[in-house]
Amino acid sequence: MTDLAALKYTAEHEWVLVEGDTATIGITAYAAGKLGDVVFVELPSVGDAITEGTVIGEIESTKSVGELFAPVNGTISETNDAVVDSPELVNSDPFGAGWMVKVTFTELPAMLSAAEYDALVGE
Amino acid sequence: MPDPQRPEPPDPRSDNQRLSPLHQLHVDAGASFTDFAGWQMPVRYSSDLAEHHAVRTSVGLFDLSHMAEIIVTGPDAARALDYALAGKISDIAISQVKYSLLLTPDGGILDDVVVYRTHKNRYGVVANASNRFAVAGALAARAAEFDVTVFDESDGLALLAVQGPDSLAVVENLEGLEPVKPLRELGYYWSTMGTYHGNEIMVGRTGYTGEDGFELYVRVEHGERLWRELMAAGAAYGIVPAGLASRDTLRLEAGMPLYGHELGTDILPAQAGLSRVVNLKKDGDFVGREATEAGPPEDARVLVGLVSEGKRAGRAGYGVYSADDREIGVITSGALSPTLGHPIAMAYVDSLALSEPGGIFIDVRGTRVAASVVPLPFYKRPTTRTQTTEKGTEQ
Repeated sequence: MTDLAALKYTAEHEWVLVEGDTATIGITAYAAGKLGDVVFVELPSVGDAITEGTVIGEIESTKSVGELFAPVNGTISETNDAVVDSPELVNSDPFGAGWMVKVTFTELPAMLSAAEYDALVGE
Repeated sequence: MPDPQRPEPPDPRSDNQRLSPLHQLHVDAGASFTDFAGWQMPVRYSSDLAEHHAVRTSVGLFDLSHMAEIIVTGPDAARALDYALAGKISDIAISQVKYSLLLTPDGGILDDVVVYRTHKNRYGVVANASNRFAVAGALAARAAEFDVTVFDESDGLALLAVQGPDSLAVVENLEGLEPVKPLRELGYYWSTMGTYHGNEIMVGRTGYTGEDGFELYVRVEHGERLWRELMAAGAAYGIVPAGLASRDTLRLEAGMPLYGHELGTDILPAQAGLSRVVNLKKDGDFVGREATEAGPPEDARVLVGLVSEGKRAGRAGYGVYSADDREIGVITSGALSPTLGHPIAMAYVDSLALSEPGGIFIDVRGTRVAASVVPLPFYKRPTTRTQTTEKGTEQ
């Protein structure tokens, strides 16, 4: 069970789990709910250098297309093949099995706390 | 349509953030809502894919109370509708239902409508919620020279749709429903009046999903009870409440056009593949006749079905390109088909470009994806003897 209070959040409705110099990134349950059933996920490749604020992936539902933004600067160290094969994991377990990528980051920008993110989405 | 207590004049002020008469039931069921033509309607309850599959394989229940119902009644009702609409409405029998178009004088499509002949001189015209006032206004204006009364019953009626292969079993199992004609004897695009716990109801074997199904019209005060009892009647069949997201993917698979996407005042019926809905042989003038007879220019864009491989769907607004990179069209609706598993789309494409060698391509956010033109619909349900299709309704 993921401790949601321990995660950092972005205004783009992504969550970030920081462990050492690795950030695990996914989208929030709120974002998954807004998208509806996710049917396609496209992720960057391991080794890609990513820049904070740029688009690094796509998350498509039957109704719409969402973009995955890089919340940090760094290098992709791992991607979640399971979520590419089974995009429904984004809906069923957005904070767990539905994670997207892991990044070896150089520096962490300011992000939202769980309380701040809840306030942002009005929950 | 159930008889109105009295005609209610349309009130444009109320057409903003309106709630269905069943709104609280949707909230209680955990629905997410979307703004649709000024209404807050359920977009999904839990999963739009699950709701889609339920309608294809068993049964789903939709609240469509936002739809507009305009009543045309009087000795000249059939003649007035022959003049106002593209089809020959005077040909349909009592209880029959017909898909038709309301054309502009220039031949463009003001709306697509479903016409129910409920009584000898009484018709119900069901229009899209977004076009309620345009349709009510046009019908009233076009009927002015005829001995008829036109009134907008939209605020007085709730509309629920039971759709899917088990829909007949569910509606037959509905407590309190006494149809004049047994439901299993209704052909597709036929209807019957009846009573529901003693109150008037109209039931049509109609829908917008590509499946067998029924649409039930009652006065708004009976809507909640009808919803609850349909859910109860369908429990043994696994009925699920279904939202507008699944309705959209269902109708897209069935190749059914949606106003604002495939239909609009700048689109002629021939472009939309709806020439058969316009009856040029009927006697007398009708609005849009001259322009329809002239037809669209030879190079006008035409509606086509597109399929592609992979999982990335072209969506409304995405460009369609030739092999030599000319923009030859635009997608009007598109999705990864839940039933078929590959992307499908409807698009308006330059008709002359379709025969060019090299194929056509969809621009999916910067990536060109090869697409093939296929006949519509993308999906056709397995037919049974009770599911005769009304010509002109399904493509």
